[in-house]
Amino acid sequence: MAGFLQQIVTGLGAGAIYASLALALVLIYQFTGIVNFAQGELAMFSTYVAWTLVAAGMSFWLALVITLVVSFVGGMLIERVVIRPVEGAPELTIVIVTVGLFIFVNAAAGWIWTFLIKDFPNPFPGGALELGAVTVNFSTLGVLGVVALVMGLLYLLFQHTKIGLGMRAVATNPASARLVGIRVGWTLALGWGLAATVGAVSGVLVAPLLFLEPNMMAGVLIYAFAAATLGGFDSPVGAVVGGLVVGVAETLAGAYVGFIGSDLKIGVPLLIILAVLLLRPQGLFGRAAVERA
Amino acid sequence: MTESTKTDEKTSAPPAPVRTSAVARWRWGALAVLLVLAVYAPFQLAPFYVFQLTMVLVYAVALLGLNLLVGHAGQISLGHGAFFAIGAYTAAILMEREALPYPLTLPVAAAVAFLIGLGLGVPAMRLRGLYLALVTLAIAIFLVPLLKRFEELTGGSMGLTLAKPQPPAWTGLAEDQWLYFIALIVAVGAFLLVASLLRSRVGRALHAVRDNEIAAEVMGVRLSFYKTLAFAWSAMLAGVAGSVYTWVIGFVSPDSFTVNLSINLLAGIVVGGLGSLSGPVLGGLFVMFVPSISQDINDAAPGVIFGLLIIAVMYVAPTGLAGLAGRLIKKIPRKKE
Repeated sequence: MAGFLQQIVTGLGAGAIYASLALALVLIYQFTGIVNFAQGELAMFSTYVAWTLVAAGMSFWLALVITLVVSFVGGMLIERVVIRPVEGAPELTIVIVTVGLFIFVNAAAGWIWTFLIKDFPNPFPGGALELGAVTVNFSTLGVLGVVALVMGLLYLLFQHTKIGLGMRAVATNPASARLVGIRVGWTLALGWGLAATVGAVSGVLVAPLLFLEPNMMAGVLIYAFAAATLGGFDSPVGAVVGGLVVGVAETLAGAYVGFIGSDLKIGVPLLIILAVLLLRPQGLFGRAAVERA
Repeated sequence: MTESTKTDEKTSAPPAPVRTSAVARWRWGALAVLLVLAVYAPFQLAPFYVFQLTMVLVYAVALLGLNLLVGHAGQISLGHGAFFAIGAYTAAILMEREALPYPLTLPVAAAVAFLIGLGLGVPAMRLRGLYLALVTLAIAIFLVPLLKRFEELTGGSMGLTLAKPQPPAWTGLAEDQWLYFIALIVAVGAFLLVASLLRSRVGRALHAVRDNEIAAEVMGVRLSFYKTLAFAWSAMLAGVAGSVYTWVIGFVSPDSFTVNLSINLLAGIVVGGLGSLSGPVLGGLFVMFVPSISQDINDAAPGVIFGLLIIAVMYVAPTGLAGLAGRLIKKIPRKKE
């Protein structure tokens, strides 16, 4: 039993990281109706920025703040420069552009920082909290805390600020939002900036657990896709719940299903995506799309 | 004039090339010249270049399939490398474990890839095409550990090494030339198959789905049926390419079929030209030669070039190199008038 609970705690720690990247995906999806395939790579790039700052002797938390600001500005710039020209184009075109961005950012990171793996400092203390028979690492607690904090801040932003209100208006109906005087273009850029920032958090959290290398986020992206599909692509709460469920499911499957083991765990999100698409395609918290032709 | 064509391309990308009889004549002429050159080339080039051209043909077959899906049905696959790998491994396993003569492995590889594509297409096509991209990317990433796991079948990380098909004595060809001609025959066959498919009722249905799903549905085109079928066909062509790959390389290992292969294939077809018949060949040249040339600059250079080119192509020329060539050709008869 204790072993089982231990696996669940481990799963929640992993799930929180998937949740944060899923949150970034959902943010962009809400505003633009597209899935940003480059989200994981942008997070990876941000993590490299943090690594560079730390390697230059900066304290971790200062480096994190700078990284988040850089990511925000970078996300906005990408929206303005890369996505803006294809705004309103068919979905196929935009998805291909984000795939192009994926390839470019991945290769650019490899060019700048080489493909050699790097150690990323763990910002949380190494000890663990003993709760009966279950050990909860401080780093797991830290990850859960950071993701909860990000969630809380996003909630405040969306529900209790004027900017957030404008963003919700744009997400609901861009044309009406424009008519009441919201600058839709800049709001979209803001959405991309926020998504890049949230994604950067997930990158910085996952890097100490994996090794920092340009392909670090490819697997995490799949888990985040599964999380967002499970929770519903239009639901931020769903993304977080989905992330936690995917994290726990993956850990339990790896631990208890002998066939899956640790090497085939990446099949778990694939199964989850396929199962959700067959059983409840809009996801747990998503609204079924009703289109007026 | 240029302004209006630009907006046209944005709203209905990627547009089908307009055919006039002059363009068609040019096209058949060019095709005939190309085919003669293709038959002549292996007798003039060093074996290594013949091998490179063979690989171009192999990629072109896979890209024909991807083009059917992306360019003609408007759906995205980020995991065509996985179907390529499924074809390659099917051929390799049949040759290694069952000692099947190599030509027989091609139809089996095609059938296996087709069925797997069909099975995965059904859930993925229930919603918008977006989910197909998610599912296929997940498959491409999942396949490598899966291949490593079933070691007794796939040879694990070490892969399988096979004897390459030998040319029959009556041909008098060298091994590389023989493989080249096999690839050429398969490529021409696949080309004709896709060309006739597109001219049929099915091709028109696919174009209708791509250009306007709602209108297509109203006209009685069953959306999910055609999308799933397009996916299965394109998986099949990738499987065919994979089996020829196995013959040509004589070696398969999981690390030859990482997600990079899938992404390179998508880059190849986007740059080569979505929705055109010459796009896959141009894309094959691109996938083969751009990495090997640019790798000298930096390991990451191919990725940087691919990424930038994909974005640039989607901005300025959604029909890719083939579309640009088509536009140039269209201008020539106009000048004569």
